[in-house]
Amino acid sequence: MNHSVYNEDHRLFRQSFRDFLSQEIQPHIDKYEAQGKVPRSVYERFGEMGYLGLGYAEAYGGMDLDIWYNVIMAEEMNRLNSGGFAAAIGAHSGLALAHINGAGNKNQKEKYLRQGIKGQLIGCLAISEPDGGSDVQALRTTAIQDSDHYIINGSKTFITNGVNSDFIVAAVKTKPLAKSHGISMIIIDRDTPGVTATHLNKLGWRASDTGEISFQDVRVPISQLLGIEGQGFLYIMQHFVTERLAMAVNGYALSEYALEVTLQYMSERKAFGRSINKFQVLRHRIAQMAAEIEMNKSFVYSLYRRYQEGAYLVKEASMAKLLATQLSDKVTTQCLQMFGGYGFMEDYPLARMYRDTRIGQIGGGTSEILCEIISKIMIDGANYNTTK
Amino acid sequence: MFSDIQLPRDIYASEEHQMVRETIRQYIKKEILPNRERWEEQGYCDDSAWTSAGELGLLNLSLSEEYGGGGLDFSFSALLIEEAAILGLVAPAISMHSDIVAVYIEQYGSELLKQKYLPDMALGKKIGSLAMTEPGTGSDVQAIKTTAVDKGDHWLLNGSKTFITIGYTSTFAIVACKTRPGTDQEGLSLLIVDANLPGFTKGKPFKKLGLKESDTCELFFEDVQVPKDHIIGEEGMGFIYMMQELPRERMTIAIQSIGVAQGAIDDTIDYVTDRVAFRTPIAGFQNTQFKLAELATQLSVYQAYVDKCVKLLATHELTAEAASMAKLGATELESQVVDECLQLHGGYGYIWEYAIARRYANARVTRIYGGTNEIMKLMISRKLLSRYTAEAKAKRKRRREQKVS
Repeated sequence: MNHSVYNEDHRLFRQSFRDFLSQEIQPHIDKYEAQGKVPRSVYERFGEMGYLGLGYAEAYGGMDLDIWYNVIMAEEMNRLNSGGFAAAIGAHSGLALAHINGAGNKNQKEKYLRQGIKGQLIGCLAISEPDGGSDVQALRTTAIQDSDHYIINGSKTFITNGVNSDFIVAAVKTKPLAKSHGISMIIIDRDTPGVTATHLNKLGWRASDTGEISFQDVRVPISQLLGIEGQGFLYIMQHFVTERLAMAVNGYALSEYALEVTLQYMSERKAFGRSINKFQVLRHRIAQMAAEIEMNKSFVYSLYRRYQEGAYLVKEASMAKLLATQLSDKVTTQCLQMFGGYGFMEDYPLARMYRDTRIGQIGGGTSEILCEIISKIMIDGANYNTTK
Repeated sequence: MFSDIQLPRDIYASEEHQMVRETIRQYIKKEILPNRERWEEQGYCDDSAWTSAGELGLLNLSLSEEYGGGGLDFSFSALLIEEAAILGLVAPAISMHSDIVAVYIEQYGSELLKQKYLPDMALGKKIGSLAMTEPGTGSDVQAIKTTAVDKGDHWLLNGSKTFITIGYTSTFAIVACKTRPGTDQEGLSLLIVDANLPGFTKGKPFKKLGLKESDTCELFFEDVQVPKDHIIGEEGMGFIYMMQELPRERMTIAIQSIGVAQGAIDDTIDYVTDRVAFRTPIAGFQNTQFKLAELATQLSVYQAYVDKCVKLLATHELTAEAASMAKLGATELESQVVDECLQLHGGYGYIWEYAIARRYANARVTRIYGGTNEIMKLMISRKLLSRYTAEAKAKRKRRREQKVS
């Protein structure tokens, strides 16, 4: 389907980004998957090409482009078949830098955003804790002011780039007894004494390092506080919309790519004397999946259009992530089945897709949390509108 | 826990079953779990896992004592498969060895082959694999291309096999091949091929989505001279033997699936009871309660069906269709259970050290191996539509005859 949201510049960007990935990244993906991390030089290369700052202001080295460039970038990254690689890049440019771009002051942007866009400093966003995942208000990491410093104690887990990043944008309680209005965001340099991290072994997303970070009496200057004290929860909610929309893009884009490689395989593989793309049940499965992918994609596109207009989209973005991540679980499951025994083998693409998709319904708010949010908005009249 | 609402399992009711269950648990705790991570890294389990199972009498449980087996009925094999699945055992693939490979030899093999292989298999000194699938043929067994030509005093074996469970660590393989390729009677035969025969080579263990501590690989045969008497049963009867054994093979998968599902539900009950979110254990959320209730209900229904099939199998009355339904249904159930249980674990469900992450990765292949679930549906529907199937077959036959005349 030709989506009219894209103009000629978008199409040229898509082509050049696709070429870049296939020439410079694709040949090394298996290595990154095995190593469990993306090397620093890749961030620098992305930085040189301008890919880390597509939507950020030119004043800080960004490209000041519209949101569709980010959509294209997310879609194309799925063609690498490495959810971990995309996550490693996205957690830096789409999460950590987004918080700094949103709430950072001039000095902070000068340092972290500018160098982050160049790929010279790598960031991570640390919200989840061992005892509280999607339950943000219950977080326990504290930042207690001691004259011109905060002293930070606590731990964070499931943090993408949690081990290898240079700085951590962390959600902390500056007022430990308060609930959501006690939460603040703070930038913590990796080399600050008392910061330690361990690598987590995961089912999928293997090319990204995911870590558990612990803070023990970490002294951070108060100038590292991001935005206004006590506003952290609002910042987090604002960025959840873009994060969830991006994860919805991953949902349909991974599905599209899975379908593409599966159709290719089905045209080549024979069973009982004919290509397996001639069997009715399999053809109908393909048709059903294609229909659902198209519906999801169109919904997500419609939300990006409204996002550009500044609409309040907490409910819709939650819906989009809910359905699109369920979709990619279903599509990768069914596509793997089309590959038969080869589907279970690492030499074929579906094994990795199957592992990688499964985080979709967990990360960035589990499907259950999304249903909570949607039902609270619909039934209880809750309002998460933070722009007012 | 699931056992709190479970119906009594008649098939495992005896004292002896309880003793075997205890032995299995001890074996897994002592011999398997401490080594599992290392085995995952190397891609196969140590030989000692086999020999220690042999010492405990856990191999060839339902084969006759005359050849070193346990002399028990199939329900003991079922118990072993299920208990091992509950506790998360993947390797060694005892069931493939004992309930499939050894059974071919005992059922159809000559006295010589039985003497040569079965007692050592029971001790874990010989390990057997079954080589049917080829790169170009998965479930389409009749399209096998591996050939064994009669050279008087030996068979000359050529071809290759893939996706062979314990192919890399086994000391011999039962190989399905065509002994009269290109003729009207090209039917399949089964040969026992020792791993040390010249010309028999093995690929490296595949890197797989799951089952990482169990080796799966390719086998290559290049002018392998297989002794003439290493054929199982009669020449050309391989397909029929394989069809006769299918119900048992499919049941081993179905039993394993209900075991994994039970283990996953129990893991999850523990997790949601301890894990707090929004100041309540996750077990306090209605969504969690209903999800677990649904899964436990489905598991109970499948357990009853599987138990019935196990009983029929023990008396050789189980049909291929019933076994196919058990395999299809139980593997779909397992996949649903591990998926929803992983979800209830939240982020921890994605972390490898949690049992549910492993169960999730391992479960995916159950809908593929032992005949894909699509093949199960083919078999079930053929019988279900038997009048149509018979008419269509007759029609095809008439058309062939017309062509010939």
